[in-house]
Amino acid sequence: MSRTEILDSADEAVRGVEDGSTVLVGGFGMAGMPFDLVDALIRQGAGDLTIVSNNAGNGDVGLAALLKTGRVRKVICSFPRQSDSYVFDELYRAGRIELEVVPQGNLAERMRAAGAGIGAFYCPTGVGTPLAEGKETRTIDGRVHVLEYPIRGDVALISAHRADTMGNLVYRKTARNFGPVMATAAARTVVQVGEIVPAGDLDPEAVVTPGIYVDRIVRVEARHYTVQGAR
Amino acid sequence: MPLNPDELAAVVARDIPAGSYVNLGIGRPTKVADHLPEGAGIVLHTENGMLNMGPAASGEQIDPDLTNAGKVPVTELPGASYFHHADSFAMMRGGHLDVCVLGAFQVSATGDLANWHTGAAGAIPAVGGAMDLAIGAKQVFVMMTLFDKQGRSKLVPECTYPLTGVGCVSRVYTDVAVIEVGPDGAAVRETFGVTVDELAERLPVPIKSA
Repeated sequence: MSRTEILDSADEAVRGVEDGSTVLVGGFGMAGMPFDLVDALIRQGAGDLTIVSNNAGNGDVGLAALLKTGRVRKVICSFPRQSDSYVFDELYRAGRIELEVVPQGNLAERMRAAGAGIGAFYCPTGVGTPLAEGKETRTIDGRVHVLEYPIRGDVALISAHRADTMGNLVYRKTARNFGPVMATAAARTVVQVGEIVPAGDLDPEAVVTPGIYVDRIVRVEARHYTVQGAR
Repeated sequence: MPLNPDELAAVVARDIPAGSYVNLGIGRPTKVADHLPEGAGIVLHTENGMLNMGPAASGEQIDPDLTNAGKVPVTELPGASYFHHADSFAMMRGGHLDVCVLGAFQVSATGDLANWHTGAAGAIPAVGGAMDLAIGAKQVFVMMTLFDKQGRSKLVPECTYPLTGVGCVSRVYTDVAVIEVGPDGAAVRETFGVTVDELAERLPVPIKSA
């Protein structure tokens, strides 16, 4: 019997998210966005949230719908400004949401570090730019590096293509994006999947996220959107 | 004659060595893909976790799970692979990409790049993967018009917009000239519809012929 819980609804899957939590939300634009879990989090009602995600919402669905509730205090992301990020744009311009912009590679690596027990790391990304101002630097092999600290989540909400009953996950195409990294970086990882198969039915060689990182799974009907105005 | 964006994309594509692993930035650089020679074994990387990305998808090919860095639906080519974001950026930051092509607001003669934020009041800063690409790819090409709409040079002695990277650009492809930049300053490789002397008069930085 695996420790991974398989739940009947997205509402059960997001139970226990507390006010003030840091929530890692998977997806790159709409691809891999865990729409059902985010909707369930809206119904669940936790507030004063810090959201870590690549973008700051698209259109009126998913992360954008959560931002609209006013329950997000801060967004940590690499690319908030997009063709259809009007919900975030309005909150930001009204001074109703904090923004921390992080280079995309640092965003991914800082979560990887959190999941891998790495206390901090040095990297040349951002040297000499406003995003490295005030940060500790060190010259390694003649090149200036910036010290970056891990980003840890209280909970991660991610989407995968298929799970088995052990919590092992496979993803689909570029919807994989931040899922495998976020799964490792949160105290509790919650995954929505399109299908749950019996243990043994996933090829062990093809598993991308091993079940040890997965706490809760819920099966949902896949919902897909594309980013409006992308070019 | 100055080059139009398509002609410029063709010039960039011509200079990408066979067998290169290449990342094309959002916007204008995306056009380079249309001009890469077939059979040259050039593999496109997209930051959201894919190698051997194919052309934009249309009609029934559109799959919401398969997009490029600009979130545009794309296709996969035979031999494509998918990987997560930390791996995708490890490819950049670890120096495994041969070339990246980025847009820019400004490039300095020594190769500083400003392409993520105008710093204007009310502007929402968004960096994406630009800083990682700028320091990670073995060669960073910039594609831009040489002059802005007011006629000001985007090749500058020192960037006035917030930087993306320091000394990271190796070559600038513009509508009127291809210019090498770096520790030794700016050097013109080729011009389109102007002479080097005419350019030198309009630019705020000293240029030599490469």
